[in-house]
Amino acid sequence: MRIEIRWHGRGGQGAVTAADLYAQAAIMQGYYAQAFPEFGAERRGAPVRAFTRIDTESFIHDRYPIEEPDIVVVLDPMLARDPMIIQGLKKNGLYIANSKLSPSELAKIIGRTDINIKIIDATRIALEVLKRPIVNTAMLGAVAKLVPIVKLEYIEKSIQARFEARLAQLNLEVIRRAFKEVK
Amino acid sequence: MGKMVGLNGNYAIAYAVKAVGPDVIAAYPITPQTAIVEKLAEFVAQGELDAEYIHVESEHSAMSAIVGAAAAGARVFTATSSQGLGLMYEILFIASSLRLPAVMGLVTRAYSAPINIWCDHGDFMSAADTGWIQYMSTSNQEAYDAIIMAYRVSEDPRVLLPAMVSIDGFIQSHTVEPVKLEDDEEVRKFVPRRPREIRLDPDKPMTLGALGDPNWYYEFKMQQQVAMEESRRVFDEVASEFAKKFGRSYGAIDTFMTEDAEAIIVTMGSTAGTFRVAVEKIRKEGAKVGLITIKLYRPFPRDDIVKILSNAKVVGIAERDLFFGAAYPGYLFNDVATSLYLANVRTKLAGFIFGLGGRALRFSEAYEITKKVWSFAKGEAEIPKKPIFVGVRE
Amino acid sequence: MSSSKMPGWKSLPIGAAIINPPTSLEYKTGTWRTFRPVIDQEKCVRCRLCWAYCPDGAVMELEKEYVTKSGRKYSITYEINYEYCKGCGVCARECPVKAITMVEEGG
Repeated sequence: MRIEIRWHGRGGQGAVTAADLYAQAAIMQGYYAQAFPEFGAERRGAPVRAFTRIDTESFIHDRYPIEEPDIVVVLDPMLARDPMIIQGLKKNGLYIANSKLSPSELAKIIGRTDINIKIIDATRIALEVLKRPIVNTAMLGAVAKLVPIVKLEYIEKSIQARFEARLAQLNLEVIRRAFKEVK
Repeated sequence: MGKMVGLNGNYAIAYAVKAVGPDVIAAYPITPQTAIVEKLAEFVAQGELDAEYIHVESEHSAMSAIVGAAAAGARVFTATSSQGLGLMYEILFIASSLRLPAVMGLVTRAYSAPINIWCDHGDFMSAADTGWIQYMSTSNQEAYDAIIMAYRVSEDPRVLLPAMVSIDGFIQSHTVEPVKLEDDEEVRKFVPRRPREIRLDPDKPMTLGALGDPNWYYEFKMQQQVAMEESRRVFDEVASEFAKKFGRSYGAIDTFMTEDAEAIIVTMGSTAGTFRVAVEKIRKEGAKVGLITIKLYRPFPRDDIVKILSNAKVVGIAERDLFFGAAYPGYLFNDVATSLYLANVRTKLAGFIFGLGGRALRFSEAYEITKKVWSFAKGEAEIPKKPIFVGVRE
Repeated sequence: MSSSKMPGWKSLPIGAAIINPPTSLEYKTGTWRTFRPVIDQEKCVRCRLCWAYCPDGAVMELEKEYVTKSGRKYSITYEINYEYCKGCGVCARECPVKAITMVEEGG
């Protein structure tokens, strides 16, 4: 089984790291995975895209940007309202957005009804726990809940492998809250 | 027993270098290579790698420091990309001519102008005449393994030539994927230290880099040419020993569904994976298309490809470079054409140029190339004498 | 000048290494001269400048005593190694006491 995820954010929100951590978790779980940013010079605030491919059975040979993702994850509430964001998202595909809107409100704004929209107020969780609007781990918590492929425990392991102990603990709290709160 | 971890291509190379254990690392940062030497600097700073890390003011100095250290018998490493390789250029010849077994990580990037930090193979291909052995990987695992094998091949007394191992800029360097890291101890056993007879040693003085006038120069070039040819046999030995020890086997080329193929794509680098998926797709539609990926570019594996291509009707050569003003404007095409001509094989050739300056080759485009080559094989379309420039706007 | 008697690529050390230095000693350049430097030991003050300037290392500093007619005693003496001196004259030019003269080689 193969799933392809496209992550959207702005430089500094951690979209590239989210794509990476999710792939790391998949690899720890024994799957094949690939994570890559849309290659460019990094600039804080500029729109950023990143990609994760996961294959539960075999090595991933494909080396091209994901144009028709199964899942689109958007880390930025302003970007989440842009209909271009979900370009190529498959029919019945999953759209996970950081937003304070309801799924039906967001559906109206982006004008697609053939996809499954899920909402998480990741900015609020990040500000409350991390005191900074870095929302990538909150989004990972939502993905863990909604995509039953890579288990929460492996996502947590990938966080622990990446961050020093105190920061890892805070991010684990973020992930667990987002896991519960996504709707 | 080694462990499977998610690593980007830059880190895969850094971990391989750490495992082999160089004495001296000299490098200058350049995108997209920087993370290799950053990681190595970190290994050195944290005491995980016992090496001298020389900070230099340019790539020209980096390569010069590498030459000096290697001449003194040290095991050395450097890494660079595009303009950095260009600045090293004159010293590249000195490293190979002094027969110094340096190893370089090259992260492919387009040459300026306009300034472009993204992947193409212009840097790698245009260094093909510098006397270095050249490996081009298609995955981060291959890059890790190629670095280890490269040291073993280069330091063999029958070879003593420098080698570059490439990964594609961003497409590999910044892509995380599973890489099996072997135990450093086992890697070092595979690449044991081999003291060199010819090296600068105050206790046994000798001269390296002296004048070689017309009475002498030619003989040394002959030696280099023989060593370059000989390196292929050594590579095969090392690759087979590597397979026995670590369980992953490599050839100078990789073939995919070529047995009964009437049309065969020949390509290099990370995009080979995309072509592989395209070949799988077109096979399901009944088209007999296969794929060859060149892994060892210098010395060029001419006999290997001839054996396979002589049974095909058409060869489609897809490459990520431009060889301006050459008989045909693609480096790989020239190598393939010469190989076939020398073997009196007259399989028809179609050339494709793609992905310059990091222009992504979409799956649909890779698939179109395979379809096109198949249509040439069936005689449904005339093969153009000039390359097909895939994805360029008119 | 390349001759079949010279060693070929199969026997030469690789990398153009010269493994038995200093091979330049075998190359005598003393025949290149038109003028030969001659040191007047009476005038020479043993300042070492000729030794330092000589591009070929053809000025020899010898541990050889010399006493001038006026009774001044030196523990070292400078002499020219005519096997290698090319006759460039830089020693004569730089000598601060004009102790070196360039003398035409007698054919």
